[in-house]
Amino acid sequence: MPAPTDQKLERLVGGILRIGVSTAAAVTLVGAILYLGRHGAEIPRDLAFPGEASRLRGFAAIAQGVSSLSGRGIIQLGLALLVATPVARVALSIVAFAAQGDRKFVAITVVVLAVLVYGLFGSPL
Amino acid sequence: MLAGGLVRSTALVTVLGMSLLIWGSSLAAGCLGALTGLGGGVVIVPLLTLVFHIDIRYAVGASLLSVIATSSGAAAAYVAEGWSNLRVGMLLEIATSIGAITGAGLAAHLNTSVIAVVFALVLFGSVVTSFRRHESSSDVQSDRLSRWLRLDSTYPGPSGPVRYAVTRVPAGLALMWVAGAVSGLLGIGSGALKVVAMDRVMRLPFRVSTTTSNFMIGVTAATSVGIYFSRGYLDPGLAFPVVLGVLPGALLGARVLPRAGGLFLRALFAVVVTVLAIEMAYGGLKGRI
Repeated sequence: MPAPTDQKLERLVGGILRIGVSTAAAVTLVGAILYLGRHGAEIPRDLAFPGEASRLRGFAAIAQGVSSLSGRGIIQLGLALLVATPVARVALSIVAFAAQGDRKFVAITVVVLAVLVYGLFGSPL
Repeated sequence: MLAGGLVRSTALVTVLGMSLLIWGSSLAAGCLGALTGLGGGVVIVPLLTLVFHIDIRYAVGASLLSVIATSSGAAAAYVAEGWSNLRVGMLLEIATSIGAITGAGLAAHLNTSVIAVVFALVLFGSVVTSFRRHESSSDVQSDRLSRWLRLDSTYPGPSGPVRYAVTRVPAGLALMWVAGAVSGLLGIGSGALKVVAMDRVMRLPFRVSTTTSNFMIGVTAATSVGIYFSRGYLDPGLAFPVVLGVLPGALLGARVLPRAGGLFLRALFAVVVTVLAIEMAYGGLKGRI
């Protein structure tokens, strides 16, 4: 029998996922329209960004791209929001399990978040 | 390199044309993936690799992003309906996310031909499992670990909540590690493997297994995406048509699903995936991928 807090957690999680994905898709679409409007008629030489390996440059590039209203920069922002959605979901689950006083699941969720953050920011060369 | 083959053979395709072609393929892949329950990645990665001649690691990076989108979108609906078991999902995500790091880490060190052959094997496996029937599990006894973690729960039955037990948690965790590694290496949700772990090994009800799997897939994919990003295998120019195609395709597929004929669909899917598997295996063994 799910406790009322469980149902509240489920509604919260569902809400985060819905808002996160719709915002990310909308931002990506705006970026795509800008990008195709400016570069759509060009012949693609190479879709890859070989120099984009460093995450710091990646984040700096996103910030710079968004502030200069570059289509690619806005697409990257949309994709970053997309990746942030499950991260936010896991982070908020920690708060929710803590509010339920469930220490075991707080610990489990912290481990999941740690692995997720390691994958996103701490990956080896 | 990336997209080089197609661009060289058809030098007249513009950025717009190329994006629209990838978008259309992704829309179809997302729809087919949702209809069969195996996800868009199973179709989109081979399409990008075989038809568009895109380096498989870029294809996997873009596919992982679309996997996050469809998983989160669908999970939002199932979670609200009370089918997903959030506690089981979170516990198993420890195993899938560590597996995801393993798989994504391997991707950089393996030859792309090897990745293509592994992909082909997983495709053959998906065809086989999609035809297997699942028996309903009754009189399941929860094991000590699942009692300690209070994993047993209920699902919404026709006349009120129905209780179910969870068993063999350690075996489930081990299989989930494999599912995470497959997802990180191949850019698919590996929902089929996750469902096998929950439905067959841990004896969760089938619909609880599929919805919880869907819920977990986003975290697994997000863990791998970071590694593809830091290695430079995420290209926004490729990722946007894939994400913006697979997501509405999957929503469309989920809407059509209740009305679509089950057997015809599975047969169609089996044919498509078998052809893709043969092509991937052939391309990989010939060293063309």
